[in-house]
Amino acid sequence: MKSLYESDFLVIRDETKCIRCKVCVRQCANEVHQYDEEEDRVVADSSKCVGCHRCVALCPTKAITIIKNPLEFRANYQWTERAIKDIYKQAETGGILLTGMGNDKNYPIYWDRLLINASQVTNPSIDPLREPMELKTFIGRKPERLEFDSYGNLITEIPPQLELEVPIMFSAMSFGSISINACESLARASMEVGTFWNTGEGGLHKKLYPYKDRAIVQCASGRFGVDIDYLNAGAAIEIKIGQGAKPGIGGHLPGEKVGEEVSKTRMIPIGTDAISPAPHHDIYSIEDLRQLIYALKEAVSYKKPVGVKIAAVHNVSAIASGIARAGADFIAIDGFRGGTGAAPMRIRDNVGIPIELALASVDTRLREEGLRNQVSIVAAGSIRNSADVIKAIALGADAVYIATSALVALGCHLCQNCHTGRCNWGIATQDPYLVKRLNPDIGARRASNLLRAWEHEIKEMLGGMGINALESLRGNRLMLRGVGLNEKELEILGVKHAGEGI
Amino acid sequence: MRYVIIGNSIASAGCIEGIRKEDVGGEIVVISDEPYHIYSRPLISYWLSRKVTDIYYRSMDYYEKYRVTPILGKRVIKVDFEAKDVILETNELVHYDKLLIATGGKPFVPNTPGAGKQNVFTFIKFDDVKGIDKAIFEGANVIVIGAGLSGLKAVEALLMRKCNVTVVELAGRILGSILDEEGAAIIQNALEEKGVRFFLENSVSEILGEEKVNKVRLKSSDMIPADVVIFAIGVIPNVDIFKDTPLKINRGILVNEKMETSIPNVYSAGDVAEAFDMLIGDNRVIPILPNAYIQGEIAGLNMTGRETIYKGSFPMNSIGFFDIHIMSAGLVNPPQGIEVLRRFQPDKRIYRKVYLKDGKILGFMFINSIDRTGMIVDFMKNNIDVSSFKESLLSDNFGFLDLPREFRKEKLLGV
Amino acid sequence: MELKTKKRIYAKEDVCIGCHLCEIYCILAHSGTKDLIKAFNRVNRPSPRVLVEEKEGYSITFALQCRHCDDPLCTKACITSAMHRDEKTGYIICDEEKCVGCWSCILVCPYGAIIRDENKKVASKCDLCIESGSPICVENCPNEALELRELEEDSK
Repeated sequence: MKSLYESDFLVIRDETKCIRCKVCVRQCANEVHQYDEEEDRVVADSSKCVGCHRCVALCPTKAITIIKNPLEFRANYQWTERAIKDIYKQAETGGILLTGMGNDKNYPIYWDRLLINASQVTNPSIDPLREPMELKTFIGRKPERLEFDSYGNLITEIPPQLELEVPIMFSAMSFGSISINACESLARASMEVGTFWNTGEGGLHKKLYPYKDRAIVQCASGRFGVDIDYLNAGAAIEIKIGQGAKPGIGGHLPGEKVGEEVSKTRMIPIGTDAISPAPHHDIYSIEDLRQLIYALKEAVSYKKPVGVKIAAVHNVSAIASGIARAGADFIAIDGFRGGTGAAPMRIRDNVGIPIELALASVDTRLREEGLRNQVSIVAAGSIRNSADVIKAIALGADAVYIATSALVALGCHLCQNCHTGRCNWGIATQDPYLVKRLNPDIGARRASNLLRAWEHEIKEMLGGMGINALESLRGNRLMLRGVGLNEKELEILGVKHAGEGI
Repeated sequence: MRYVIIGNSIASAGCIEGIRKEDVGGEIVVISDEPYHIYSRPLISYWLSRKVTDIYYRSMDYYEKYRVTPILGKRVIKVDFEAKDVILETNELVHYDKLLIATGGKPFVPNTPGAGKQNVFTFIKFDDVKGIDKAIFEGANVIVIGAGLSGLKAVEALLMRKCNVTVVELAGRILGSILDEEGAAIIQNALEEKGVRFFLENSVSEILGEEKVNKVRLKSSDMIPADVVIFAIGVIPNVDIFKDTPLKINRGILVNEKMETSIPNVYSAGDVAEAFDMLIGDNRVIPILPNAYIQGEIAGLNMTGRETIYKGSFPMNSIGFFDIHIMSAGLVNPPQGIEVLRRFQPDKRIYRKVYLKDGKILGFMFINSIDRTGMIVDFMKNNIDVSSFKESLLSDNFGFLDLPREFRKEKLLGV
Repeated sequence: MELKTKKRIYAKEDVCIGCHLCEIYCILAHSGTKDLIKAFNRVNRPSPRVLVEEKEGYSITFALQCRHCDDPLCTKACITSAMHRDEKTGYIICDEEKCVGCWSCILVCPYGAIIRDENKKVASKCDLCIESGSPICVENCPNEALELRELEEDSK
């Protein structure tokens, strides 16, 4: 049937600059550009364009630009262009609308309503270029008290910890949802900088074994690739209960992205959709979770931290409290802005709560219950820059996970078409021709540059606050002030409004 | 140390450059019966067609730069191998410590009556084409005897000079040394479209005319008007002056893998030499330019005392006429039991044929689809087993991607 | 002793994306202008001297340039000496004024690295960007798939 879904984008080519080199024709996996031999012209079919900008980046004369299709509907506050087009699509396909990356809708971003303090007069600021700044972070269970012998030697056994040089780790992105080159880039960057990466549900591919000492291996509901060697390979284990982009449902890897390598690593047949069940079918209560946590700890002889990743949902603080009591060494909370390789659009955009609020309430609750030092909290859900990191730590996080930011560093343009497997940047694809486009040497360089850049900025902001160790910022709500937030929001975040006194 | 080279063409240049790699001081003398600075014979047809005006093979300061004493325009009449003297027609003696015989080939001219008339030429030397250039005019009737490589290059040049060309060939097909029946027909067709007339399985029995030639009679009794006749039947090694000497000669001067002849301190290279042919496993005269240079270079190195082994070669050619181009190597009409791969696209005049035995390439013929052929010649040189990718040898864009990954990495990265 | 060059350009087939930008910049480098649009609009624009190997259905692609061999067969097969080793740099260069397009070099090059220029009917071959001194293809590969390496003295 004729589609009523008009192009989202328009490809504009400057004919005076186009040299008919056909690089755009070769580089677009969606076959937008075609060379017309007869007319010696390159033409574009804008209806196929997803706005990934690959052609724009590679065009040697910069002859191409992509604009939003200026086609206008009559102004309608209720019925936006997006709302109308979504219906056209479903009328034509009869299916669930799938999408990739994180929630793109107009919900409040609390990071942008929080402001950071700076020292003036009474508490001198510190110059990070002249004074040492301690950003080192330890993820893991901390003991109740420390006991020393008469010589001053430590007697208490410290549970296993992950030692981070910066409070930022790479979040779970499975091999399958992203390419092996993307995984390798992040793994190498984490070796370089001194942090950790997460295997996600995809298992641990052989090519990534050199980086396994920096890997957090994930045990998700589908248990893909999970065996005793896998558990012992990484530095820590993370049980994935949920993820911010699609709380309540399991992971989804479309069959197009299950090639030979994915099939081998996940131990599933080629071409089949890899759908993880929503719950772990052996976890139906908090006691079951405790059992799994300790089973995993036994499997690694208590030598590695075992944590749990949950999505930020309504009752997140009670859940977190339960998880802490169940023996988890760290809790990763993924807010509703978190990204994904494939999820139903309605779930991604309507389920879950903001990480800022979830983080604050979990940190408050655990402190109130006297459990806060038993677990480390890792916050995730579209941390966009180093200021977001500072604010997250001030709200109570021990560290943050980044995923979307990391992929953008590798070249992602957030076109939200990861689920098609035709990522032109070689990130969210398994097509070997496309995967080559992400050179791991370059990717690793870019990802480590990002972490180093944020590291410098964090030091600057800490210095400005008069703090030289991250520990002093952790959970220190007094370093934040809200602006444009109502009473309730301020209460949940535990911060005062800008302009209020101490 | 005095090195003497008889011959002033490609093999000679190879020898000079080979010697100078190892010995910068030794004296080098080059003797040639032609008065010209070293020139490239293949270029004479390009000179005739006026595509080039300069046919020299090396720059004009060549002899000075390489410290060579040229004796030009004087013929060698004898070599006294006992005394180690080269004797010129002027009775001058040139003594040598090491000698290279690079006298090349001389044109084969049968005893056709009338061959001594004016405007009858051969097609080897610069003087030949200079003569032809003066004799032809627009619309001139020219008979070319011999439809081999040089004969057809002459035809191409004559057509570009707007002559009326007729070709007479003894064999049943043109380019018999490099193409089979099918391939030859494609080229013949193309040339006939340009107006060339071919008489195959025929020969010129008599050249007629007063002082100058004005017609020829063929074996078939046809009479053809002729303003100019060119003998381009072929070359045979120029060994006449060595006939009654201890120098071992078969068809050409026999040489071993160091280009040494049967006489100590005497070497040979180029069109006059009979060196190892790796495809037939025996010695053979292979008169092609790359061989001449390489043999000359190896001879030169060995003459300085630096032992260098000639691994052998095989016939290979790259030749084109107007917009049609041929590349071939190895056997042309192989014996029974050989695997034949063939592809013919008549509309584009593309023809590719490859002969294989036990996975090794014995020969190939390519017309109009000739890119990257050097890769295939390299397989032949190194006796590579191509069984795993033999079908792809027929495709126009055969390349490294057709090779197994490990082999490709080895060739490209030396890994 | 004649000066040889130990510089070679190598392609990493694992990260070559088959975009052909190396070919485009090669044309620019040999076009006599610094403006890419001008270079392409020229009537007799040069052929690229780098060859990108790709095949239908294969995901592997890579660029191939002249290897500037220590023992260059092309210079020995050339009937005009258009193919020669440049004295100053040791690079193998084709003098296009002298070349008559006999393709003997193509017949002997074991890498198949010599290209027939369709317009000028001469042999076209990588000259390691002898004019500018820095190979433009290596500089402009968007995925760092080309590498200029200087080999050890005793390797081939």
